[in-house]
Amino acid sequence: MKISSSLKRVILTEFILPLTLLIIGIYHGLMQVFYRAGVIHQASVMHLSYYQGLTLHGVINAIVLTTFFAVAFGHVTVTFYLKKEPPKLSYIVSLWLMVIGTLMDAYAMLTGKAQALYTFYAPLKDSPVFYVGTAILIIGSWTAFFGWLKIWFQWRREHPRTRMPLAILGTFVNFIIWVVCTLPAAYSTIVLLTPWSAGWVATVNVPLTRMLFWMFGHALVYFWLLPAYVMYYTILPKVAGSKLFSSNAGRLSFLLFLILSVPVGVHHQFSEPVFTPGTKFFMAILTYGVAVPSFMTAFNIAATLEYAGRKQGSKGWLGWMLHLPYLKSKNFLFGYLICGLILFIFGGLSGIVNASYSLNAVIHNTAWVPGHFHMTVAGPVFLSIIGMSIYLYAKLSGKDIKYKYFATVVPYIWMIGLVFFSHGMMAGGLMGEPRRTNLGMSYTNPESPLFNNHWVPTTTSTLIGGIIMTTAALLYFISFFATVFSKPVREQVLELPVSEDLHHEKPLPILMNMKPWLVVMFILILFAYIPALREVFKYSSSVKAKYDVESPVLIQDSVNVKNAGQVK
Amino acid sequence: MNKYEIRVMLVTGCVMIIFLFALLYNAFSRKIDVPSCVPYSKIFEHPQLKKIDDTTYELYVVAQMWAFAPDEIDIPTGSTVDLFLTSKDVVHGFNIDSKAVNLMAVPGGVNTATIKFTEPGTYNIVCHEYCGAGHQNMLGKFVVKDE
Repeated sequence: MKISSSLKRVILTEFILPLTLLIIGIYHGLMQVFYRAGVIHQASVMHLSYYQGLTLHGVINAIVLTTFFAVAFGHVTVTFYLKKEPPKLSYIVSLWLMVIGTLMDAYAMLTGKAQALYTFYAPLKDSPVFYVGTAILIIGSWTAFFGWLKIWFQWRREHPRTRMPLAILGTFVNFIIWVVCTLPAAYSTIVLLTPWSAGWVATVNVPLTRMLFWMFGHALVYFWLLPAYVMYYTILPKVAGSKLFSSNAGRLSFLLFLILSVPVGVHHQFSEPVFTPGTKFFMAILTYGVAVPSFMTAFNIAATLEYAGRKQGSKGWLGWMLHLPYLKSKNFLFGYLICGLILFIFGGLSGIVNASYSLNAVIHNTAWVPGHFHMTVAGPVFLSIIGMSIYLYAKLSGKDIKYKYFATVVPYIWMIGLVFFSHGMMAGGLMGEPRRTNLGMSYTNPESPLFNNHWVPTTTSTLIGGIIMTTAALLYFISFFATVFSKPVREQVLELPVSEDLHHEKPLPILMNMKPWLVVMFILILFAYIPALREVFKYSSSVKAKYDVESPVLIQDSVNVKNAGQVK
Repeated sequence: MNKYEIRVMLVTGCVMIIFLFALLYNAFSRKIDVPSCVPYSKIFEHPQLKKIDDTTYELYVVAQMWAFAPDEIDIPTGSTVDLFLTSKDVVHGFNIDSKAVNLMAVPGGVNTATIKFTEPGTYNIVCHEYCGAGHQNMLGKFVVKDE
């Protein structure tokens, strides 16, 4: 379909801007594997320290890129499936807010005013510019969603008997989760951290900020993942030459994500004080629950792909795996989706280990954890984002994809690199190798008294993986930016591959109405977080603490000095 | 939904339930559990090792940028240590080598664990939470010796 040039420009900007920043994000990913493997024994390279790089890597790759893409892909799915454009005001304001927020964050990170990593754990202090910038970026993404809601209600009035398209359900589930989970993050950054960082208040309740962060932080991972799920259900069957095995099961898994994504955050905090084992166990159960929609998706998509293989004449139980359209440049999107899925098998299984309550003590905060989440966020999430970005960019700008063979092989190279990378990280993690640590300065530096030779082979595997992944990213950037700088050669259209259903399924009433699911979602959140919140206030207290990453001395600002005076 | 799909959901549900019971079994029968809560108080900010009897110790560890206090803990083989951990400044980590003791040190909160050392040796304590520019040097140790 044709769309207005203002919407088109907004969507194209939402692809180009984060992918340009991604160059910085990937560069710092590569630098980290060099530091960790003990190739670099320094605190910083080119005036950017390891931890500044880690902050940039996390914020750009995991917050900026994912949020921009979710919004751009949301504009695409909503416009395409409802055949209506969102209100111009909503998408323009949304883009501006996201750009301003991103620029504020980038300024704070590049000048070293924010280097407390992307989790911004207090009492390490970031500049208020960072907290406010992040909040503005998030509010920008909400604005886009409010525009979609408006046209959705219009569409429903015009089509009273038509089912909500699966892609719309996925997109809306995703943004409902997003709005709900970003409320605690917004409260934490705006109400608790900004005044504290600006020096208006002296104390902060650290366990409270951590609980609020993880209420947001785990739902965030589903916000990354659900656009990929939308592609698996509505695009992958088509590009694989198949039909979706069951769209009812797809609906059910989206709705299960809706109710279970938020009330699980404490599973990041099994090793912390202030929560009772009861609260922790309850969230472990809910986290196991959220594995079910992923297992269902695995089955559904495998059945879909099996059908594709059998249509090509495959034999036996597993023969269909060999008859899929791998490495076909006409069909390059398939590679991005299938490689992501393969990685996600291992990402999902290792995630169950993390969620397993006492078992978490073996791997908590070790390199295992980034080993795990790179197989999710740098697997299905990242690959579907970059694959879809270049696909839609070419359609929307009417250009040919340049160096298409690069774009075709990228996901396979990336997947091989990620295997080395995650294997190294996870093996090291099982031997206690810490995450988020400049190992090259101490643990992997043979001249340091802290040298630990067990972590040399594991970090070397990580290094090899990181180099292969960066090579794949380079090929991608060549293809993407060569496309961006080329001239349009055909009509500019908004177009998505559309999958059909394999079976004709009766619509189940419970899957057609979101209201009961929303009610369950809020009940579960209350059940999970009211006890957690009470425990935070019962077992912890606010502390007068505010620290710069460079110095173990308490930051003295006007509030501290004034309070000290009163004590005398 | 087709019958294989329903089966797959049942099987995953059962697998998850088996995992949950395994966790409960470990928590109740083998006492392998997550840390529980101690109300916060300033007394936990004074590092010390108290000998309760021949094989039992109470240990108060304070993490701060960028060392643990005490940073070397000498105890005899076969000791049981009741550990209380907090932080004086920012969030730190506390992961003991070859022991499934993996805790966060959070300012304004007190973490606790019971550790039994049956084998002599040196057990490093690695800070595994980013705590500022000197994070990678933050290492403590237990030295466990036969008496």
